[in-house]
Amino acid sequence: MNHSPELIVELKRKTIKVRQEIIRMTSIAQSGHLGGSLSCVEVLAALFFHQMRHDPHNPSWEERDRFILSKGHAAPALYATLALSGYFPVEELPTFRSVESRLQGHPDSTKTPGVEISTGSLGQGFSAAVGMALGFKISGRKNHVYTLLGDGELNEGEVWETAMFVNHHQIKGITAIIDRNYGQNDGATEEIMSLEPLTAKWMAFGWDVYEVNGHSIKEILDVLDQSIQQRKKQVVIIARTVKGKGVSIVEGNHNYHAKTLPRELADKVIGELQERFDEFE
Amino acid sequence: MSLNKLIATRDAFGEELVEIGKKNKNLVVLSADLAKSTRTIEFATVFPERFFNAGVAEQNMMGIAAGLSTSGFVPIVSTLAIFAAGRAYDQVRNTIAHSRLNVKIVATHSGVSMGKDGSSHQSIEDIALMRVIPHMVVISPADGPETKKALRSAIEYEGPVYMRLGRPELPVVTQHINSFNIGKADVLQEGTDVSIITCGIMVHQALKAAEILSSQNIRAGVINMHTIKPLDVEVIHQAARSTLVILTAEDHSIIGGLGSAVLETLSCANIRPPVYRIGVRDVFGESGSTDQLMKKYELTWENIVQAVHKILNRNN
Ligand SMILES: Cc1ncc(C[n+]2csc(CCOP(=O)(O)OP(=O)(O)O)c2C)c(N)n1
Repeated sequence: MNHSPELIVELKRKTIKVRQEIIRMTSIAQSGHLGGSLSCVEVLAALFFHQMRHDPHNPSWEERDRFILSKGHAAPALYATLALSGYFPVEELPTFRSVESRLQGHPDSTKTPGVEISTGSLGQGFSAAVGMALGFKISGRKNHVYTLLGDGELNEGEVWETAMFVNHHQIKGITAIIDRNYGQNDGATEEIMSLEPLTAKWMAFGWDVYEVNGHSIKEILDVLDQSIQQRKKQVVIIARTVKGKGVSIVEGNHNYHAKTLPRELADKVIGELQERFDEFE
Repeated sequence: MSLNKLIATRDAFGEELVEIGKKNKNLVVLSADLAKSTRTIEFATVFPERFFNAGVAEQNMMGIAAGLSTSGFVPIVSTLAIFAAGRAYDQVRNTIAHSRLNVKIVATHSGVSMGKDGSSHQSIEDIALMRVIPHMVVISPADGPETKKALRSAIEYEGPVYMRLGRPELPVVTQHINSFNIGKADVLQEGTDVSIITCGIMVHQALKAAEILSSQNIRAGVINMHTIKPLDVEVIHQAARSTLVILTAEDHSIIGGLGSAVLETLSCANIRPPVYRIGVRDVFGESGSTDQLMKKYELTWENIVQAVHKILNRNN
């Protein structure tokens, strides 16, 4: 529970780097999902830079925890986080979405170190994550499985089939995190397909539900700790976030679900983020 | 061939849907959180009371459309081809097609030509999946104007239809053809050496290839097989009789698509010229620009020209 202020500052710094890389790679590709990548930066940072047991130099280490990006279109956030963790060179990020690149539009486990399973078709990563957790359970292993879902993704029936399965089969080694940014492709979640009361839904499916500010590193670290320590029940964390977080014209703007910044503007925004970074120095 | 005005088939679809909707009050449109990408947003803006967003839930959307069709509505269901034919396959097969319901599935972003989203979003098997279903009509228009005509025909037709559209902007190649008949191919150009049977985004590439070949004294016919099911078998037999070789071209796997349908047709025919298939060669695609991918996966007019040279040389 006691995370040092130094750790928090270090992770905050890293989130700035991650955001810069997300903005850069999507603007170079002139393609990719900016809004939903920027909203999940803190969650990924807390997992990869602190919470998970993993070894970027040995991606197939047997004892590693697993992370599945079920909302696969947030690949830019995952790639930036993986690169800054040391899975592959940061210099490779600008190849995102170009021919022959290891960094595909959506995560491809046959190409990218650190990607556990291919995702991109919404709803499917969650099932696969639970399958992994089931495997660890029946083989008596302690590896933990984390997965990140979009709130729009929760529209898929498969998500709820999986939620039911976990409860029925008493699978405890799974933590699902929902990037509750209140946006999906066509607009606001509550206008396209209303989800509320969301906490009650998950509780009814037998899950322990935690709600946190998804941009507070401290809150995320605390709740992840809790979810691991208990391991009594499967946990879902509803991380309240802002779509496009960190770039004012993108924040909460539904037009930026799959839109990118022009190069010049991107450079400007990256510079502004650098100033914030320097505040931590 | 007029190259000045480029239009994507999905854009033509979005426009025409609004036009048809003005007269046809039974038209209802469904989207699965992709109204912007599929261009049904235009219909949604003009006729909000006849537009329903299912959220990211393609399977449910197909079922809802099936039910709507039983009370006299004509549902137009639109999402990316990968999700229409893939994610919701069982709903399309077992509810819509099995009951022969009057649902029109308009699938956009087909093929590797859809580009940078990459292989998870590139449907290279939807023609195969859809044409194998009994009762299903499968249409793949070549350009904007043909998309509009095909959409009208699909709505007039009573029964399930799968329409395959794409993301790239295309030159108009069917401006001189006034009618659209489901199951009746259009011979865009007569040939004596080779017949190129093609559909969708590859039609303009085939015409360009034929132009180049003609300058080399090779007469290539071009057949726009806009309907893959029911297939115009007569035009295929005619091509078999009148040319030495047949070449098929499609932005789809060479397994199960138009090329396969042509081969099936000729398998027991008396006259069976060699059939060479241009298409995606049993691999997943990848991210990249449309042009880069068309080159890498060998789906350009250059590839057609090369293939024709190769087969004709072999035959000599
Ligand atoms: C099965 C499936 N249907 C449709 C899509 C296209 N799509 C990509 S992202 C998206 C919206 C997702 O919304 P959400 O999960 O809330 O993501 P976020 O807002 O966090 O980016 C859609 C419909 C898809 N990738 N998979």
